Amino acid sequence: MFTRPDNGSLTLTFEGRTIAAREGDSVAAALLANGIQVTRQTPVSGASRGPFCMMGACFECLAVVDGRASVQTCMTAVRDGMRVERQNGARGLGTGA
Amino acid sequence: MTYDVAVIGGGMVGTAIAYGCAARGARTALVDQGDLSLRAARANAGLIYSQGKGEGMPAYAAWTRHSISLWPTFAEAMASVSGRDIGFRQRGVLAFCLGEEELETRRALLHRMHNQIGGPASPVHLVDRRELEAMLPDVRLGERVAGATYSPEDCDVNALPLLRALYTGFLAAGGVHLPERTVGRITTDGGGFAIVSDRDTVHADKVVVACGLGIPTLAPMVGLHAPVHPVRGQMIVTERLAPMLPIPGSGVRQIREGVVQIGTTMEEGESVPATSVADLARMASRAAAVIPALSAARIVRGWAGIRPMTPDGFPIYQQSPSHPGAYVAVCHSGVTLCAAHAGPLAEAILAGRLPDNVADLHPDRFDVHTA
Repeated sequence: MFTRPDNGSLTLTFEGRTIAAREGDSVAAALLANGIQVTRQTPVSGASRGPFCMMGACFECLAVVDGRASVQTCMTAVRDGMRVERQNGARGLGTGA
Repeated sequence: MTYDVAVIGGGMVGTAIAYGCAARGARTALVDQGDLSLRAARANAGLIYSQGKGEGMPAYAAWTRHSISLWPTFAEAMASVSGRDIGFRQRGVLAFCLGEEELETRRALLHRMHNQIGGPASPVHLVDRRELEAMLPDVRLGERVAGATYSPEDCDVNALPLLRALYTGFLAAGGVHLPERTVGRITTDGGGFAIVSDRDTVHADKVVVACGLGIPTLAPMVGLHAPVHPVRGQMIVTERLAPMLPIPGSGVRQIREGVVQIGTTMEEGESVPATSVADLARMASRAAAVIPALSAARIVRGWAGIRPMTPDGFPIYQQSPSHPGAYVAVCHSGVTLCAAHAGPLAEAILAGRLPDNVADLHPDRFDVHTA
């Protein structure tokens, strides 16, 4: 959906695939810039969800970031080497997530 | 036109009665303020709850249990009429006890209620820590949890979808919703009543004053007497979490979607729906003392709502002695009693006589008789 001429020099992985990001991107912005729209499946219906409000209000863009679940990707700045995975279902408290 | 019944107040109590009347074929109007009015449903923990209710008032204990017995069928009707899940589950409800002293206090309450003359035999019982652990295999309980009391018949439901389902059911049954109206006056009008709002006047053969904190202003106009004061309830919800708490608890409940709901406070006389950090922190600490893992949960929202309360905490139902056909209904337990309000209470109002089993919930009990 989005393309930009310079996708930046940072790299992160999404579901194991390496993608580029710019310094100052939110994780959600970097994912969208790489054509990734789905960050999770809702625990209620199993339907796909992804970044929507881009300002921390809707909680649709949650993902697992560096092993931590239910991270709001639109409110999290990218760091080089970050690992992002889709989140299936709700976060458990017992798993250290 | 003249309605058979006009209900004033579109909250949980008024809408349940209005739905019950419309579903029984009465031409019913629901006169309501609007989305900005205080709604007790917003500060409701969603428990359909009998535990410990009705000490000193066996009629309330029995009325509560009666409503709970009607709830499973009522919940099916609500889900089917609204076409949406209202989150109803009948898995019992736990009241967690921190420390032996709390457990002893609960034990004493159950004992007094068990011995109360005229009360129904209650299935509520004490569970010790080991039994509790077996009931909640996915929870590591806090060290101070001594046990709980458990009422197997009790249920939970999501209050706002329930309120919406009542509206949908009311409209589907031909009820007429008249929102954005503040009623200023009720007068007699021939054999019936005129409900005068800032927008128009509604005529009805019967009127039910069920507008919570607005009752003390309106009820005396038609010879009804129902003292009501505000109680504030603050609530917290967490992010959605993987299912861990299969049985709802008093003060901590995980809804099926995963959100953990914490609260509420009961703050007498507070009429402004504002939160305070101290109260939210106290509630959160208690929840974390019961389930320490909750310390790691993120809080998504904290808010407050205002609920009506009567002087003794029990509901009030009355038909006016001076203006027959005018009724008042108010309670603090609009969700628990919803099935009774939509069922036997609505039926009785249409029949023109309140049920015998709510006779003790008449406001005469507040009259002070001097010798």
